[in-house]
Amino acid sequence: MLKNRLIPVLLLQNGMLVRSEIFKIHQIIGNPIHEVERFNQWNVDELIYLDISRDDSYDLRRDDTKIRNLNNALDILEEVSKTCFMPLTWGGRINHVEDMKQRFLRGADKITINSAAVRTPELITQGAKIFGNQAIVVSIDVLCRMDGTREVVIDGGRTPTGLRPVDWAASAEKLGAGEILIQSIDRDGTGTGYDLELIRDVCESVKVPVIACSGVGDYSHYAKGISAGASAVAAANIWHFKELADRNAKRSLMKAGINVRMV
Amino acid sequence: MKVAIINYGMGNLGSVYNAFKLQGADVFIADFPKQLKEADQMVLPGVGAFHKGMQNLTEGGWVEIIKNEIGNGKYLLGICLGMQLLATTGTEHCTCAGLNLIPGTVKQLSSDADKFRLPHIGWNNIDARDGASLYEGIERKSDFYFVHSYAFYPENLSFVNGTCDYFGNFTASIEKDNILGTQFHPEKSQKAGLKLINNFLKLAGG
Repeated sequence: MLKNRLIPVLLLQNGMLVRSEIFKIHQIIGNPIHEVERFNQWNVDELIYLDISRDDSYDLRRDDTKIRNLNNALDILEEVSKTCFMPLTWGGRINHVEDMKQRFLRGADKITINSAAVRTPELITQGAKIFGNQAIVVSIDVLCRMDGTREVVIDGGRTPTGLRPVDWAASAEKLGAGEILIQSIDRDGTGTGYDLELIRDVCESVKVPVIACSGVGDYSHYAKGISAGASAVAAANIWHFKELADRNAKRSLMKAGINVRMV
Repeated sequence: MKVAIINYGMGNLGSVYNAFKLQGADVFIADFPKQLKEADQMVLPGVGAFHKGMQNLTEGGWVEIIKNEIGNGKYLLGICLGMQLLATTGTEHCTCAGLNLIPGTVKQLSSDADKFRLPHIGWNNIDARDGASLYEGIERKSDFYFVHSYAFYPENLSFVNGTCDYFGNFTASIEKDNILGTQFHPEKSQKAGLKLINNFLKLAGG
């Protein structure tokens, strides 16, 4: 039987791992390679790495990491993949098929595109034709307004698109996306739980697996994401600030009657 | 023992290379067909669409030499698309011919169930055939990582050495003499997957 997946999301900004809040506040929390080693030892289900840098400066700042100077995101990916024996999805600053190819060559198993997919929807189709649908994850950032309406925003939350999340998810699927990653900007870093209405609506609008993300503050939030229809549940901050974040989350999911992979 | 990973432009080569390396294999990435002659074992990885994979194998001049080396008794492990390409026919995007090393057809998984989603992505357990050398020392019902929409339906079911259930059974792994394949990604299946790679290496005495 297929298990529901539990996925840590790592945010890379200019060579350092950061925690994020409502897409605006970013605090440095660690080294991008050491964290992956930890997750590998924990035997996690899968890993999503998002490069949210806005310029091209990468700097690991410390020289005690036993790794050569990593001056761009692709070098970091290459290092990461050496200790990563679980599936790795890589996202951020992918605008062309060639960008995808470079990431697959360096050890990514799937790539995720967000702003570029909205601007150039055919990029989804081109990627799917070459690398297969299963390797193309379309990531959707959503903002929920005061009146409860939801809109897709791009460029790290800065540019509104006028698109409804359910419509865009359905289009992305038609264009060839193999998976949808849903992030909610107003829940990001708040610990108040997933935007369940959003997750439910998007899951109903597509037949590809949906990964829920944004808002997890305690382990019980994961099971609610699965019950809303998500195939996989992801989070970022909680993985860095709680002890045994994998094992305890899996236990909580199991208790809620959800089929997970116990290791 | 040298292991060649076939670079036909379709793979997560880096991941496969790293996993074999960790198991102590003398592994290299073969960029040209003639390099296969130096290898004792071959790996055909693959992420992507069937017709594109076959097109790359053909245009790169791989087909004949892969078949020759298999004829010489060298072991081959196909992974994911690499396993599917062993079939006679693929049906992804269009109907096209495969390597025809193990007779069969690659077809899309299907089900009318409400909860059925494609691709089949994630960890799922395998029913391995008793005595299958690929699974030696691996706990029964171990989970492996899958990411695919199509599956291999061989004409002769006796070549199937492992099955998996996703709204119906499909071929998880296959074995015909020195030709082996897994639909899942052993290089991404943590401990069980690395053990399976180790088992493959041992087949040729590596």
